[in-house]
Amino acid sequence: MKTGLAASLEAVTRVRGVRGAMVVSSEEGLVVAEASMEGIDGAAVAALMAGVVVRLSRAIEAAGRMRPAFVHLQAERGALLAVPAAGDLLVVAVTDADVNVGLVRLELRRAAEQLA
Amino acid sequence: MSNNEDIRVLTTQLAADPSSLVFLPLGEALRRRGQLEAAQKVAVAGLTRYPDLADAHDLLARVLGDQGDLERAFDEWDIALRLDPGHAGAHKGIGFLYFVAGELPQALEHLAAAQAADPGAEGVAAAVARVREALAAREAPAAAPPPAPTPEAMIAATESAIAELPELPAEADDAIFAGLEGARDGLLLLDGNGLRLGGGLTSPSGAAVGDAVAAHLAGVFKDASRAVRLLELGAWKSIAAESGDANFFLSAPTSESLLLLVRDNSVPIGRLAWQADRAASAARAWLERPA
Repeated sequence: MKTGLAASLEAVTRVRGVRGAMVVSSEEGLVVAEASMEGIDGAAVAALMAGVVVRLSRAIEAAGRMRPAFVHLQAERGALLAVPAAGDLLVVAVTDADVNVGLVRLELRRAAEQLA
Repeated sequence: MSNNEDIRVLTTQLAADPSSLVFLPLGEALRRRGQLEAAQKVAVAGLTRYPDLADAHDLLARVLGDQGDLERAFDEWDIALRLDPGHAGAHKGIGFLYFVAGELPQALEHLAAAQAADPGAEGVAAAVARVREALAAREAPAAAPPPAPTPEAMIAATESAIAELPELPAEADDAIFAGLEGARDGLLLLDGNGLRLGGGLTSPSGAAVGDAVAAHLAGVFKDASRAVRLLELGAWKSIAAESGDANFFLSAPTSESLLLLVRDNSVPIGRLAWQADRAASAARAWLERPA
């Protein structure tokens, strides 16, 4: 299981433009597993991205809609992408601005399936 | 050849070559026959293959107009004009919608453009003349003007593709997002503290949820700003979220405001981004208006 998850995270980081990937506990904002996160404060990213997704999920639930299956935060020089997984886990990627979002989403979903 | 035969032949041709442009006359034939759902499917399928074809957006706009969805019809004609600024059909359609909304100068501008693009188009010259008469009547009410043309007369004069003329939805009058799709349901403008400034949102069950949603979004705004600052990614530009029944798009029209756009999940995120861009422009204009 652990090996499969690690392999899935590595598959995410093999997409051109992905700087790192991690599994985050959205309840606590803690890193569960990570790959290729050199130069990135994983703990802080985990806490903040978990906060973004949890608050956004609450807003979406308040709108009477289903919880998000994919979240894409786009910034000027990069992006944060997240796919919720089983339990309260999130699979998160930190990317460059011009990354192939569709491909990253596909790999994030595959990694999330490993957590099911 | 009868309309039925047209449809049969065109359907056969499209089945034989799904990439052909025959979806355009087929969609139009279905629309004229009143098979609006089928016409819409044909138009949407065509747009999937040819997203940059102005004629395809024009076709979908006419179908939407027939269905009474004037806001989306406007959007489609607007896209057609972005792709082809001289598109006669799109100018005619938008001119008609402006006329219905009582915006006569804009109606005249677009109908005149339609006439210039296609001088032989039957009915357009008469439509231009009628709008000019209406404008003159508005400017000189004491001169016993002729009665303003009814929307139905306008349809007849222009041989408009829009067969019926429903009233504009009430949300078209919204102060901030006037004229935009979802001006009062599906667009929210809030300040950095999560207080709703304008627009609105209803749940699928019909409950007003704008204020509750806005309150949650203030935290999103702050966390997103901190996350990108920490990673030195520059300012955040947008947050898109896909759920099982809706797509969401958040952006910041100004440094102190947040815009949320919600559509059902059949509307792709790319289109949401485009709609959000238009709504953000409207929001900035509203926020920066003179006191």
